Amino acid sequence: MFILKLLIRNAFRHKLRSVLTVVGVAIAILAFGLLRTLVEVWYSGAEHSSASRLVTRNAISLIFPLPIAYKDRIRQVPGVKSISYGNWFGGIYIDEKNFFANYAVEPQTYLDLYPEIVLSPDQTAAFIRDRKACIVGRKLAEKYGWKIGDAITLRGTIFPGQWEFILRGIYKGAQKSTEERVLLFHWDYLNETLKKTVPRRADQAGFYMIGITNPDLAAEVAVAVDKTFKNSLAETMTETERAFHLGFIAMTEAIVIAIQIVSYVVIVIIMVVAANTMAMTARERIAEYATFKTLGFGAWHIGSIVFGESIVIAMTGGILGVLLTFPGAHWVETELSQYFPSFSVSPVTVYFELFAACLIGIVAAVFPTWRGVTISIAEGLRRIG
Amino acid sequence: MGIPYSYSFRNLWTRRLTTVLTASGMALVVFVFAATLMLAEGLQKTLVDTGSYDNVVVIRKSANSEVQSGVERAQTSIIESQPEVAMGDDGRLLLAKELVVLINLPKRESNKPSNVVIRGISAASLMLRPQVRLTEGRMPRPGSAEVITGRNIARRFQGGGMGETVRFGMRDWTVVGIFDAGNTGFSSEIWGDVDQLMQAFRRPVYSSVIFKMRDSSEFEQFKNRTEGNPRLTVEAKREKIYYQEQSEMMAKFLRILGITLTIIFSLGAVIGAMITMYAAVAQRVTEIGTLRALGFQKGSILSAFVLESLFLGLLGGTAGLFFASFLQLITISTMNWQTFAELAFSFSLTIDIAWKSLAFSLVMGFAGGFLPALRAARMNIVDALRAV
Repeated sequence: MFILKLLIRNAFRHKLRSVLTVVGVAIAILAFGLLRTLVEVWYSGAEHSSASRLVTRNAISLIFPLPIAYKDRIRQVPGVKSISYGNWFGGIYIDEKNFFANYAVEPQTYLDLYPEIVLSPDQTAAFIRDRKACIVGRKLAEKYGWKIGDAITLRGTIFPGQWEFILRGIYKGAQKSTEERVLLFHWDYLNETLKKTVPRRADQAGFYMIGITNPDLAAEVAVAVDKTFKNSLAETMTETERAFHLGFIAMTEAIVIAIQIVSYVVIVIIMVVAANTMAMTARERIAEYATFKTLGFGAWHIGSIVFGESIVIAMTGGILGVLLTFPGAHWVETELSQYFPSFSVSPVTVYFELFAACLIGIVAAVFPTWRGVTISIAEGLRRIG
Repeated sequence: MGIPYSYSFRNLWTRRLTTVLTASGMALVVFVFAATLMLAEGLQKTLVDTGSYDNVVVIRKSANSEVQSGVERAQTSIIESQPEVAMGDDGRLLLAKELVVLINLPKRESNKPSNVVIRGISAASLMLRPQVRLTEGRMPRPGSAEVITGRNIARRFQGGGMGETVRFGMRDWTVVGIFDAGNTGFSSEIWGDVDQLMQAFRRPVYSSVIFKMRDSSEFEQFKNRTEGNPRLTVEAKREKIYYQEQSEMMAKFLRILGITLTIIFSLGAVIGAMITMYAAVAQRVTEIGTLRALGFQKGSILSAFVLESLFLGLLGGTAGLFFASFLQLITISTMNWQTFAELAFSFSLTIDIAWKSLAFSLVMGFAGGFLPALRAARMNIVDALRAV
């Protein structure tokens, strides 16, 4: 207890310098935390997607649809338990800034396949009964202040026109990680409208979601499905939902890697700053260390005092940084909602931040500690200033 | 009289370790500052150079990109007959009806698939884009399963090289040529005969119509007339603006990220400089007292210390910029979120960015050094001389 008091007293003997260093460390830890959260958000879609569901899409690329007739042929593949289908709708709500995902899906099978979408039974019934109905996630409804029964109009970018939906349900995510910013509506509504306006685009699904009887069969079922449609006009590409998401992320990998590198650079920068502070502190106190040694304190005792001081400064900055991360993340979430549907700090990030702060303290202390340990009494006392 | 410049220089040299530590902190910040600016600049340059101001892109109304768009054959004929379309030397219209779709191709090194733009071209397509040059092989023959690939595709994607084949739409397509479109988006595309591709993809509609205007000032007139025409459900944009919009989201993201990072990092570096300079002042109290006693003015002391800090900043800035300039050798290839297509671009260092970085490093040096210098200048002679 006494030693801790000494460490803190020592750390703040040179108030201005210590405060500056603490602020510097806090800023660096804040930046590190936000960047790490950014990378996590990037991968979150994949991490929380199921490995026991398969996604089938057109082998050429995502923008090509598959005939709706494939539904029944996929269902016949051994190992397939249930199947649903849908289209990426790409609708825009009022302005392009208000981005959120919206899909046209077959409601009954989709809700069966995705138990993480929690919808009360009466809302489920209302959604399925009304062809113009849509459901949205809780966060999306909060953001735009939508209530059950509201009419929502989307402007189609892929499917031209103004599309009106009636809100029949607001779902909650079963887990905290479930995406609650999605709008789902009836695939039939899309299809019936297309039949009237652009008949050649009707009766096509953008993707099929497949539930399988046994997760271990995922690879075999995927191969069997693709084999069924080999050499047809629309060949398919089937993979697990997780692989599907990871494929997307891989395409933007360059940016993720850059962000990761930058998040380490910031730690290095502040390490340099903190090392500088500690080097100066040690230089000023050489005479003190020598005096301590004269009084009989051991070399490692002095070393640990210097070391502890560095850790105290770094950890004070680190804790401050961690505390600032939460309002910082909240700010990002509100200001940049266009890019990040959610931006929340995970416990892992907090541990990483504290670890980084600790590392800064250790690295900064190496040189001064060594000086404190090895300084000989005569040499230390001889030095002035 | 002023204190000689060499005083400030030699002070930095005397405390080498601290100088190097502080300057390297600043160098890292300037590096990040320059790198983000260079990246945003490279992206912007790539997409701005892609479009030409005199060309017009016509896509379906409210489709954000050519990939999402679809223009019926009948509608393309109406656009073709507009008087604003320029005519080439051979008397044919400088207008191309094109098909733009995405295909999934695996990369050479990682084997990971990415979306590549494949563009069905007409006879006039090449003439509309003077920046595109065929560097190897020949153009695809109309009516055959042949394609040409952009430089970035040839290098990075499987099957993209000369003589190799790409398989899609139940056919194998032979690469008969490689084209270079400089630092533009076209270098990340595959081109083939539009009619063959429409057949292969079973798409009976074009994606876009691109034409050169006979007089660039007639754009507004053309836009108003076609967008008001009830037979057409299209919108017209200048090609340059169109490509700028395609990169908007990404460029904005890079810019926000870059500015935020730089602000945060520079705070750290300024603090580092401040710590160093405060220490420098504290160590030299007697020295400062002596200088004052010798007759140097407060202003001279102030400028000597500010100068020292500016040197420190400049040192860091130069080092940071030096290392950042090597980034120009790197090409970043990533997916543009707005088009979902692969796009390659490189860091681009301009004189403007170099100046900005150096100025920024000086500002950091000044911000870090001013307060400590002020403290040095304000010292009382007697107290300073008495201090041990």
